[in-house]
Amino acid sequence: MTDAPAIQTAQRRGLSDAAFAWLLISPALAFIAVIVAWPLVETIRLSFTDATLGGENYIGLQNYIDLFSSPKFFDTVGRTFYWMFLSVSLKLIVGLIGATLLNAAIPGKALFRILVMPPWVIPVAIGVIGWKWMYNGYFGLVSGLLQEFGLIEGQIALLATKTSAFYAAIVTDVWVGTPMVTLFFLAAMQGVSRDLYEAAWVDGAGRWYRFRRITIPQIMPVIVSMALLSAIWTFNSFEIIWILTEGGPRGATTTLIIDTYKVAISSQRFGEGAARAVVIVALLAMFSLAYLYFLNRVNRHYGAK
Amino acid sequence: MLIERLSIWQKIGVYAATFVFLLFILMPFIEMFRVSLRPMSHLMTADFTWWSDDFSWQAYRDMWKTVPLLGLYIFNSIFIATAVTVLTMVVVVPAAYAYARLEFPFRALSLGGFLAVNMFTGAVLLIPLYRVLRSLSLLNTYWAIIIPGVAFLIPTGIWLLRSYLEKIPRELEEAAFVDGASRMYTLRRVVIPLAVPGLIVVGTSVFIGAYAQQFLFAITFNNVREIQPLPAGLYEFVGYQDVTWNEMMAAALTGVLPVMLFFLFLQKYLVAGLTAGAVKE
Repeated sequence: MTDAPAIQTAQRRGLSDAAFAWLLISPALAFIAVIVAWPLVETIRLSFTDATLGGENYIGLQNYIDLFSSPKFFDTVGRTFYWMFLSVSLKLIVGLIGATLLNAAIPGKALFRILVMPPWVIPVAIGVIGWKWMYNGYFGLVSGLLQEFGLIEGQIALLATKTSAFYAAIVTDVWVGTPMVTLFFLAAMQGVSRDLYEAAWVDGAGRWYRFRRITIPQIMPVIVSMALLSAIWTFNSFEIIWILTEGGPRGATTTLIIDTYKVAISSQRFGEGAARAVVIVALLAMFSLAYLYFLNRVNRHYGAK
Repeated sequence: MLIERLSIWQKIGVYAATFVFLLFILMPFIEMFRVSLRPMSHLMTADFTWWSDDFSWQAYRDMWKTVPLLGLYIFNSIFIATAVTVLTMVVVVPAAYAYARLEFPFRALSLGGFLAVNMFTGAVLLIPLYRVLRSLSLLNTYWAIIIPGVAFLIPTGIWLLRSYLEKIPRELEEAAFVDGASRMYTLRRVVIPLAVPGLIVVGTSVFIGAYAQQFLFAITFNNVREIQPLPAGLYEFVGYQDVTWNEMMAAALTGVLPVMLFFLFLQKYLVAGLTAGAVKE
């Protein structure tokens, strides 16, 4: 990204490029510094203390030692990654199917594209309240439907048993995340050059072949970057689990972020909570770096960028 | 066009699959609407039924009495999201311009730093954030919900808007410089007017983010009822004994209606904007 020399000379009145750039960025930077960077530094510091409401003492690595010697914590980490992989995979698959459907040349597609938006544009909490109602055993839709089709005997309270609560939360998380993925994929599909399809079509390539060999490779950069964003958001997904189950029953839906919130905010053990927050940041940073490395290779492979 | 033509069976297949897909997306809303129309006593006594003849709009009248501040909560949600959007855009526009046009030291590094903010949600940083807001005496004010909201939306805003600004032809700015315009004047009078479509798209995305995610900051940094946004306010339908589900659903649907109508008008920009922002680097 280089400025044309013409601009450079014309701009040489007043501030230098660098000074002007930093002037323009400084308000954004100030916000991030106060609301993200400083709290992050504080979190790291607190993670070495036993801070509670009462006060704080430096205790070295004790919080981390406690965490890493606790099998329960490793369960939580494992559960969080399982939650992330399963939910993101489903969002990508359902989103890809949805985008393909909405991209088909059929009457009514404009309306369908609007109808897919609500879960994305309303407050997350409100959609989740709807799901919470549907999951209840006595008069909830899901239990009712399952009985109707004879899949279960009697009522089932999906949020009351461990396995069903976990997968119920996954379904809700997929529901919240899918519309955005769908719309981004749809947008990417519409950006694919028509010439490619026509050339393939002239050569006799079928629909499925064109999808596999043109659509997918062409939108791959969007799929890959959407997957990373979605993975980070899903990893840190708080409201959905909190409203549905608060991490229960018996910890079955406790992901790292829920665990952190419970320890730090609900029981106000700030030091221990901070150590968990640091672990989250470290895990996500490692995951993102590994992923970006992979993304770089994919981009090179498909010749994007 | 011929290439896109579907046979009648393919068409039926696409419609059927689209129906199933949209049913999954819209089912909770259909169900919420159904619940909002039924009296509480019937909801809780019978097993699940698809249809009943007791539908009425009663809950839509009663909800204002059960939760007297409901109107205020609906307003707060929209007000907070609007304030977050305006503030975010004020901060994002100059920053995005710098990244789109200017060459400076630490450019890539600082942009990477902004994007890394995406790795945190407020939930990770709640403890020190609480202290920061307390020492600025912002707890229990609108600002306690607005300011963290802005900070976490800045990175995405910069990222999206940057790709828009890069598409504005440089020649126009050059012409302004040649005519002796200052940098600030050029940004205000040349670049921003040209970027209006992009600003609408990015502004809408920011608004969606701000509107959708107020819950966490609201329940953690605020306990003044008059300031609560709708998602937190809905919890007042949860009583000591039981939840008035029908009124809660009625209130939720009524509360999001104004924003849904607003998006109905903007949806054209939104899909078009995603194309431009997300696909072409």
